[in-house]
Amino acid sequence: MKLPSPRGPLSRAVTEVLSSPVGGEVGDLAPLTRRALEHSVDLLADDDVQLTLYVMYELFYRGFEGVDDDWEWSPDLLAARRLIELALEQHLSDRVAVPEGVAPARAAVAEALFALTAPTPGPSVARYVAKRATLEQVRELLVQRSVYQLKEADPHTWAIPRLVGRPKAALVEIQADEYGGGDPERMHCELFARTMRGAALDAEYGAYIEQIPAVTLAGVNVMSLFGLHRRWRGATAGHLAAFEMTSSLPNRLYGDGFRRHGFGQDTTEYFDEHVEADAVHEQIAGRDLAGALVQQEPELLHDVLFGAATCLYLDEVVGEHLLSAWGAGVSSLRTA
Amino acid sequence: MTTDDRPSDRRPVRTPSIVACPDGPILVRGDVTLVDDSGRAIPRRRSTVALCRCGASAIKPYCDGTHKAIGFTAP
Ligand code: FES
Ligand SMILES: [Fe+2]
Ligand SMILES: [Fe+2]
Repeated sequence: MKLPSPRGPLSRAVTEVLSSPVGGEVGDLAPLTRRALEHSVDLLADDDVQLTLYVMYELFYRGFEGVDDDWEWSPDLLAARRLIELALEQHLSDRVAVPEGVAPARAAVAEALFALTAPTPGPSVARYVAKRATLEQVRELLVQRSVYQLKEADPHTWAIPRLVGRPKAALVEIQADEYGGGDPERMHCELFARTMRGAALDAEYGAYIEQIPAVTLAGVNVMSLFGLHRRWRGATAGHLAAFEMTSSLPNRLYGDGFRRHGFGQDTTEYFDEHVEADAVHEQIAGRDLAGALVQQEPELLHDVLFGAATCLYLDEVVGEHLLSAWGAGVSSLRTA
Repeated sequence: MTTDDRPSDRRPVRTPSIVACPDGPILVRGDVTLVDDSGRAIPRRRSTVALCRCGASAIKPYCDGTHKAIGFTAP
């Protein structure tokens, strides 16, 4: 993908650094980063900070056209990234409510995760999409989701080498299915690309980055934060469990929304696949991944629950953003 | 590797196992053929499948998570 346009002083400085060859003078990004964080009113909605973090993380996935791959492990960039990560971790731990009184045992953790993610009545993006979203809005949903879904499963895959035994096998079992069981045509990111093309959208990785708002970037950034740090392996497991547990039923509704607009099975296949697949994945993720991990490493109990609760919190923040924009009859995307 | 080992040939090789999930579906792994009432094989797209145990799934015989919405408790 192309290096995104800056959205403020910090992302300007970082994209300028990345446009230069590795080995040159970087300058100290820390003071600029501190200033950006101090001035931030709402970190999750801060375009400059979230885009900067997104760009820093993307170096670890697919990189950018014309950007030296060696920037990935630049100590200067990593030092600045650390400051943003600390602020983000603080922001989340101040706001995310973690369930208490859960025993550090496999069944208890699975039960707590299913309770935390239990379906709730009331307004949701999925219900809105099923019943009311316009054609423009359902296409917009795909654009919003494309930031993650075109690299679906990748952030959680980072945790595989950090686990052992049953939780590791469980994560591999889920991820193998996410990657189509080894069939490139069945990889979930590829199914999503087909859905995008079915809706006459550009399925090229990063094609819509300029239009993606900070809150959406924040959701993906948190997955990368958890995935790239071994110390957050518990949160990755919890995040994945919550993600899978809140997928089957909403995906049925997303599919309904697209069918309502006359899209055929080739376009809705991504959603149909997730109705079935995630009913499997949630069972494995709850018990054999998250539950068994806590059984194995009881000190990870809090992180597992925090990861799950964070997934739900971000889902809510992004959901509110989408529904309030659509409710007001405006686009949820950025107009650059 | 023979020509039968195409990735699209999803025939499972693992030893069969069946797990009844508490208040949820039945997970089936391994070399098991699912057949309908008249003995016809039911398409199986993944190596681990979840069979509906609550009766409310819209994609039977597979689970679609509806058991959670109806508050199913397994006997
Ligand atoms: S057991 Fe899951 S829908 Fe019936
Ligand atoms: Fe998936
Ligand atoms: Fe999944």
